[in-house]
Amino acid sequence: METLIIILAGVLVAVATYLILSKHILRIILGTAILSHAVHLLLMTMGGLKRGSTPILAENKVAYTDALPQALILTAIVISFAVTAFILVLAYRLYRKTGSDNLDALRGMDDE
Amino acid sequence: MKTNDVILQMITKIVVFIILTLAVYLFFAGHHNPGGGFIAGLVLSSAFVLLFLAFDTETIIKGLPLNFKVTAAVGALLAISSGIVPTLFGHPFLNMVMLTINLPLIGKFELGTIVLFEAGVALAVVGVVVTIILSISEDV
Amino acid sequence: MMNNVLVFPMVLPVLTGILLIFLRPYIRLQRWLSMLSVLGTGAMSIILLQRVQASGILTIDIGGWQPPFGILFVGDSFALLLVLTASIVTAVCLLYAFSTIGPAHEQMHVYAFIQFLLAGVNGSFLTGDLFNLFVCFEVMLLASYILASLGGKRKQLRESLKYVIINILSSWIFLVAIAYLYGAVGTLNMAHLSERIAESGQTPLLTTISMLFLIVFSLKAGLVLYFWLPGTYSAPPTAIAALFGALLTKVGVYAMFRVFTLLFYHEPSITHTWIGIMAAITLIGGSIGAISSKDVRVIVSYNVVIAVGFMMVGLAAATSAALEGSIYYLIHDMLVKALLFLLAGTMIALTGKSKFNEMSGLIRNYPLLGWLFFIGMLSLAGIPPFSGFIGKVLIGKGTIEAGTYILLALAFVSSILVLYSLLRVFRNAFWGETVISLEEEKPLKKSWLVPSVLLAIGTIVLGLGVEVLAPYVQDAANVLLQPKLYIDAVFQSK
Repeated sequence: METLIIILAGVLVAVATYLILSKHILRIILGTAILSHAVHLLLMTMGGLKRGSTPILAENKVAYTDALPQALILTAIVISFAVTAFILVLAYRLYRKTGSDNLDALRGMDDE
Repeated sequence: MKTNDVILQMITKIVVFIILTLAVYLFFAGHHNPGGGFIAGLVLSSAFVLLFLAFDTETIIKGLPLNFKVTAAVGALLAISSGIVPTLFGHPFLNMVMLTINLPLIGKFELGTIVLFEAGVALAVVGVVVTIILSISEDV
Repeated sequence: MMNNVLVFPMVLPVLTGILLIFLRPYIRLQRWLSMLSVLGTGAMSIILLQRVQASGILTIDIGGWQPPFGILFVGDSFALLLVLTASIVTAVCLLYAFSTIGPAHEQMHVYAFIQFLLAGVNGSFLTGDLFNLFVCFEVMLLASYILASLGGKRKQLRESLKYVIINILSSWIFLVAIAYLYGAVGTLNMAHLSERIAESGQTPLLTTISMLFLIVFSLKAGLVLYFWLPGTYSAPPTAIAALFGALLTKVGVYAMFRVFTLLFYHEPSITHTWIGIMAAITLIGGSIGAISSKDVRVIVSYNVVIAVGFMMVGLAAATSAALEGSIYYLIHDMLVKALLFLLAGTMIALTGKSKFNEMSGLIRNYPLLGWLFFIGMLSLAGIPPFSGFIGKVLIGKGTIEAGTYILLALAFVSSILVLYSLLRVFRNAFWGETVISLEEEKPLKKSWLVPSVLLAIGTIVLGLGVEVLAPYVQDAANVLLQPKLYIDAVFQSK
C-alpha cells in the first residue's frame, strides 16, 4: 500500500511539474496545488499506513495509528489553501492589469 | 444580464439549510471524530458561496449584512484569546480544559474551552473564504 | 517551570495585527498601536535575554503537552538576540512608513500585515519544532506576499507573482524534507531529533535529507539561489523593502544555523563543505551583481546576498570564533541593511531617478543624507568604529582556525567589492556637480531622515558597545556549539 501511494505521489509531482512549466498563470497555480497534494500524500505515507485505534493511552489497546502525520497534513492543507487562494487573487489582479495570463506578456522593461 | 435560475434558486433555498446543519454537526463532532472548526468553517462558507452563486451578491449582502473581513478578524481574535486566557491563570499558553455537564435533554455533555478556539477557527475560515470569493467575483 | 512570556514575541504582534484590522479607519490609532506592540516585543526580548543569562535556556510547552509530543518554544540567547534586533528594525521601518507609505497603503491594513510579518519572524526564531518552523515561515511569507503586492503596480504584481511561486516551491521542498526526516527518525521536535540523529550517527540517508534542508534554506536566505531576490526587493515601497531586506533572508540564515549546528553536525566534511562552496559562489555572484548594476536598489539588494554569503562562511568554518562572528554580523547586517534600503529609497524619492549615474552632487543639497550613506557604507565594509568590524574580524579568525583560506580570501575580497559598489554610488550620486538647483530642490522632511539617523546611531553603538553585547553572543555561540545544552533545556522542563 505504501508503495502504491508513493507512486501516486510521484505521478502527481510529474503532472504538477508539467503544469508549472507551462506559460499560463492559471496552469501554474493548478500545478502548485497538485504539487502540495503530492507532498501531503508523502507526509501521510511517511508516518506509515496502519490501521489501529486512536493514540490515547488505555487498556487493551495494542495497535494505534500515529496521529502526528495527520496533524501535519491538516496544517499543511490549511497553509496551501491560503497560499493558493492568495495567488489566485494575485493572478486575477494581474490579469485585470495586463489583460493576459501569459507569462511572456508580463515581461517588463526596467524603467516601467 | 438576467438569467432565470428558478431551479437553482429553489434547490439552494432547501440545500443551504442542510449544509448549515452539516456544518454544525461537523463542528461538534470534532471532539472525538473527524470534523472540527476548520472543516465546519469550510462547509459553512460553501453554503454562503452557493447563495452567492444562485442569487446575485447584492441581494445576499442586503439580506446578510455581515462584513466578512471583520468576521475573519473576530474569529482569529477569539482563537488567540482562548490561548492567552490560560496564561493569566498560570497555565501554559493554549492550555485547554474539559468540562462535563449534565444537560436536561441531551444528557452527559462534554464541553471544553477548545470549543472557543474551534469557533474562532470556523469564523476565521468563513470570513477568509467568502472574502476571497467576493473579491474575485465582484465584477464578473 | 513555565515561561509563558516566551510566546509573547509572537502572540503580541498577532493580537495587535488582528486589532488593527478592526481599526481600519483610525490610522493614527493604528500607528500608535503598532509602534507600541513592536516596542513591547523588543522590551520583552530584553527581559527574556536577561533571564536566559540568569537561569539558562527558557522553554514553554504549548498547551501543556510535554516534549517530544507537543510543540514548544525555546528561547536561547541566539534566538532572543535576533528577536530583539528584529523588533528594533521593525520599529524603525514603521517610523519611516508613517511618513512615506501614503494613505492608500494605510487604508489597506499595511500595519496589520507588518505585525503578522514580525510575528512570523519571531515565531521562526523561537520555535523548537521543525514543523512549527515551517508554519512560522509560512506566516511570515504570507504576510510578505501581501506586503510585496500591496499597491498593485504592474511591476509589483509581476515581481510578487514570481516571489510567491518560488516560495511555494521552496516550501514544498521543505515539506518533502520534513516528511523524509519524519519517516527516517520519527520525530520533529528539534531537541529530540538532535538526540536521535546523534544516536544513529547521522547515516548517509540523514545526510541526504540534510541536503534537502540546505536547498530549502538557501532558497529562503538567498544563498546561491538568490536569483529572485533583487527583483522582489526592489519592487515594493521603501519601508517594506527595508523590512524585507533586514528580516526575511535573515530568518533563512537563522534556520540554517539552527539546523546545521543542532541537528546535522556529525558529517561536517559533507554538509559544511557544501555550505562553504555555496557561500563562496554566493560571495562571487553577489559581488558581480552589485558591481554590474546601476540601479541603487538592485545594488543594495545584491549587498544582502553578499552578506548572506559572508555569514555562511562563518557557519562553514563552525569554530566558536566564527560562529560568534556570524552572530555579530547577523545583528549588524539587519540594522545596516535596513539603513541602506531606507537611504536608497529616500534618494530615489528625492531625485525621482533610480540609477546612480542619473544623480549627481546630492551632498550639497542634502548633506546629512550623504553622510548617513557614508556611515552605512563604512559599516558594511567593516571599518573599525562601526558594527561590521567585530563580525568580520571574528569570522576571519574562525576561518584561519578552521584552515579554510580560500573562504577567508573570498570573504575579504568581497568586503572590498562591497565597499567599491557602494563607493561608486556615493561618488556618482553625492559627489560631482550639483544638478539640482536650490529652487527646484525637493525639501527633505525630517521624518524621512530620523529613522536612518536612528539606525546609524545603532550601528555606531553596536560597534562601540561590543563589550556589553559580548556575554550574550558568547552564550549564543556556546549553545550552537554544544547541542547538549539545548537538548537538556528542552527535556528538563518537565
